[in-house]
Amino acid sequence: MLLVTKYLIVGFKDYCFKKSLWVFHFGGASCNNCDIEILDCLTPRHDLERFGILLVGSIRHADVLLVNGSINMRDKERLLEIYNQAPKPVLVVAIGACGCTGGIFAESLTFAGPVDKIIPVDAYIPGCPPKPEAIIAGIVKLVNK
Amino acid sequence: MAVNLFYFFVFPGLLFVAVTGAFLSWFDRKITARVQFRKGPPLFQPFYDFFKLLLVKETILPKQGSPVIFLIAPVFAVFGAVMAGVFILLPLFNITTGFKGDMLVIFYLLTIPSFSYIMGSLASGNPLAAVGGSREMKLILSYELTFLLFIAGIIMKAGQQFDLYTIIKMQQDGSPFIGSISGVLLLIVGIFCIQAKLALVPFDMPEAEAEITEGIFIEYSGPPYGLVKLTKYIMLFILPAFLIALLMNGFRLEGIGILWAVLKILLVVLLITLIRNTNPRIRIKQAISFFLIWMNLLAVIAIVLIAFGY
Repeated sequence: MLLVTKYLIVGFKDYCFKKSLWVFHFGGASCNNCDIEILDCLTPRHDLERFGILLVGSIRHADVLLVNGSINMRDKERLLEIYNQAPKPVLVVAIGACGCTGGIFAESLTFAGPVDKIIPVDAYIPGCPPKPEAIIAGIVKLVNK
Repeated sequence: MAVNLFYFFVFPGLLFVAVTGAFLSWFDRKITARVQFRKGPPLFQPFYDFFKLLLVKETILPKQGSPVIFLIAPVFAVFGAVMAGVFILLPLFNITTGFKGDMLVIFYLLTIPSFSYIMGSLASGNPLAAVGGSREMKLILSYELTFLLFIAGIIMKAGQQFDLYTIIKMQQDGSPFIGSISGVLLLIVGIFCIQAKLALVPFDMPEAEAEITEGIFIEYSGPPYGLVKLTKYIMLFILPAFLIALLMNGFRLEGIGILWAVLKILLVVLLITLIRNTNPRIRIKQAISFFLIWMNLLAVIAIVLIAFGY
């Protein structure tokens, strides 16, 4: 009986978390294509608010940290600081070729490694830039993980 | 004693206003989405948001600043909103407490949430929160006088009655106050005061999310932010209810009257949402001159008209 109650409470918490993911957007040294595609997800055609996903202005309210663009030496400190300021649990999603692997900047002098060398990443959405449909598919996979 | 606790925590109090306010918040978001040709969130979205913040997320205390006041401020905000809700909803649901002069108490209680936000934002030690707090303070200074004139107009129209129950009864026996020229002017003034009290879009400079990234709430996370959200839900229900009690005849809770009560609340919230969706954010200076000059002028004209019996 106690076990069932515990499972119910944990399930309820998980369900509420999955149903209301608030997104904070961190753009590294990006070429802005991924930024535009992320904004496309929130506009009328794709409308992520159907799933309770909102874009928030402060990292303190965020549940998901979207990182795109290549992370160079200067961005690295900022990214770490932003990640440490986020209230846990927080999910990290790396978007675009630069975020996932480094893309064409992988051998650049100022490149400080792909996102997963700096902070733990929960989902990768490759593409240069990924289509809004791909981003939505990535988020759905992340939620059902 | 037990009855008073029931009033505070269950029926017109905490539980009832929170649940109704959450559904109204969903209505507000859905209408916003439909205005922007989107689908909008599911029905229970405000509950998911609230329980996620309350149960799942962790609380981060700011390094500089005062943690005690930072954490107590949202509790005060919820307390003030629920207290005001009880005083407004008891006469609306036809329960008389025999308390003459509750209009003034409601006026003071309705300012408690804004003052707690200012306290919390200044206690967080964040410069952007301080900017938001100072903006909220200026906003309060500008709309409070207008709100007082609005209430004074209603009191004059009711023949110097300070009792919400008597005011509602007077409208139900006679005609609603909105059916006259002065009533329409007072409705316009009241709607804009509510808009500023809720900090919705023409007057949302304290929490401008694109400009100062949520301003007064920037440092809140987890359960304290959940309480802030709860206060917002409650205020979204009780302020339209207050307007309906003062101008539109209150609730008549028998037969078809229940449907009318729901429709009146939805209509006022719809009006607020449409104003919110069709206006840009104005500067704090513009808000001050808007309230101190134009809305006060309108309220004074309404009071003069009432004195001549229109």
